[in-house]
Amino acid sequence: MSAITLSHVSKHWGPMRAVDDVSLTADEGSLLVLLGPSGCGKSTTLRLIAGLEETDAGTITIGGVDVTHLNPAQRKISMVFQSYALFPHLSVAENIVFGLRVRGVSRAERDARLKRVADIVDLGHLLERKPSQLSGGQRQRVALGRAIIAEARVCLMDEPLSNLDAKLRHEMRTEIRALQQRLGMTMVYVTHDQTEAMTMADRVVLMRDGRIEQNGAPEELYNRPATAFTARFIGTPPMNLLRQGDRLIGVRPEHIRIVSGGDHVVRVKAVEHLGADSIVLCEFDGQPISVRLDGFSKVSPGDNLPIAWDADHEHRFDPASEARLDNIVKEDRLAASGQ
Amino acid sequence: MTDAAVSPPVAERRAGSQAWWNAVNAWLLLLPAAVLLVAFTHWPILATIRHSLFITRRNGTEVFVGLDSYQAMAADPIFWKALINNFWFALGTIPTSIALALLMAIWVNRNMRGRGFLRLAYFTPTVLPMIAVANIWLFFYTPDYGALDQLRSLFGLGGWNWLGDPSTVMGCLIVMVIWKEAGFFMIFYLAALQQLSPDLDEAASIEGASRWYIFRRITFPLLMPTTLFVAINAVINSFKLVDHLVIMTKGGPNNASTLLLYYIYEVAFTFQDSSYAATLTVVLLILLSAVALIKFGYLDRRIHYQ
Repeated sequence: MSAITLSHVSKHWGPMRAVDDVSLTADEGSLLVLLGPSGCGKSTTLRLIAGLEETDAGTITIGGVDVTHLNPAQRKISMVFQSYALFPHLSVAENIVFGLRVRGVSRAERDARLKRVADIVDLGHLLERKPSQLSGGQRQRVALGRAIIAEARVCLMDEPLSNLDAKLRHEMRTEIRALQQRLGMTMVYVTHDQTEAMTMADRVVLMRDGRIEQNGAPEELYNRPATAFTARFIGTPPMNLLRQGDRLIGVRPEHIRIVSGGDHVVRVKAVEHLGADSIVLCEFDGQPISVRLDGFSKVSPGDNLPIAWDADHEHRFDPASEARLDNIVKEDRLAASGQ
Repeated sequence: MTDAAVSPPVAERRAGSQAWWNAVNAWLLLLPAAVLLVAFTHWPILATIRHSLFITRRNGTEVFVGLDSYQAMAADPIFWKALINNFWFALGTIPTSIALALLMAIWVNRNMRGRGFLRLAYFTPTVLPMIAVANIWLFFYTPDYGALDQLRSLFGLGGWNWLGDPSTVMGCLIVMVIWKEAGFFMIFYLAALQQLSPDLDEAASIEGASRWYIFRRITFPLLMPTTLFVAINAVINSFKLVDHLVIMTKGGPNNASTLLLYYIYEVAFTFQDSSYAATLTVVLLILLSAVALIKFGYLDRRIHYQ
């Protein structure tokens, strides 16, 4: 059974269509990522699911129950805010059990659950502290603890890692994913960071201007971007999009090889050494193109490189609508390999 | 080698003179503020305390009388009357104006039509000159043809000399001061409310907290620094009120509306008894320092500051 379903949900702010006819489904126990650039409507979509905003059209169901017109508390969800929304005057323990106190859970049970949750999020030694005495990562854990103590089946996360530094973000990413799978929660996770989406999600919903651009598993978005927008958004560095006459083609940087007597010659503009590989930023017919090379590449700016790529690594898009044009041959081959 | 042997003392001396210059610099930077503080706060306080221990003869010579003035004060029924009046006045104005200010701030801190106009309207009493304010209220309270009595006559009630009756004059003043202060305090509450993240409200409402529960457990505790600030101001204001009394009641009738500072003003400038005025001022000082001590010594430690 699907845990969360949105069907034809819209939300307008005056003439601005923040969320425009969005339909999606998050399966029970899965992690769905709402991905997109800022202002694409992903946070509004999450707030609609939470009940913090009223829908203008469409219906939302959680666990098979129509919750479109229920208030946030009646939806039986938990949520982690970007700012963590910790109550600054309450201790860590009081923050975590806040919801239980509201619902009048007995003191003994509160304490028992607090102990369990504090172990899960590893905060046992900090329970008496105030949020201002904690580091960013610890605050994040408090927010997580508050979200999981209610044992709600659905947990919503609004860019929970965007205030952390890169290293911590990486740790928390794995931790949140592990927690979600361990507790079997259905999670909707909003982010603008495609790395988070790719590494954590069971399903990624990429949004743009209030509409869904593509909805699929992470590898689907990566391997078969439905539009040039998706191609540009997913991957670091993103897919190279090249206009060749009236064609718009895309090639991933890692699919480009340097071969003597290659099909094209590009001029190197800059080289970024990442350690395990190097990104060579080049110019091709006046268009930027990046090439991923293994190891510490020795090419230097100003060099001319002969390059080539396999035809089946080429993604074709309609130059006007930027929608994917699938060549029949490749479709057939994929179908064959799937069988 | 010689260099190494010589250089430490030089460096030390240089470091020493550096520290000395730093200290001089710091004191010079503090000087303007320190001069103002000493000249207009500390020195007058000490002078007042000294003055309260002397009396001035007609020929201008000062005679040390010790605590005589304080004994006279303890036997002065008007002083006690003013002190008790001040107590009731503070009790009548402070809690009500703070509660009203908070209520209005929460009401105005929402997205609604005419919000700016409402905020302005609440703030007007603070902007108006006090003399004008006193005159407006004088008109309300005027017997027979004042606004209040005209309202009474609609219900067939007779005129009432609001400010001329010892039983109503204090109530009249309290109402006026609440009207004046609540708008001013509202501005502070409004500023504090706008500092609060709406996320906190939303996080609490997702947990199922009611509006009242959120106010009681989240909003009000987080507003405590503002409440304290406003309360201290209200206490100080309740001891500071003079101008309205001069215009409206002159402390009367029968000292029913005399407050401490007004009494000090009368003693100093009407009765020309500056040493007794100094004695009364010392009492006022002690009262206000007690308030400050409670704030810094006790309340600040119990309140969450962000």
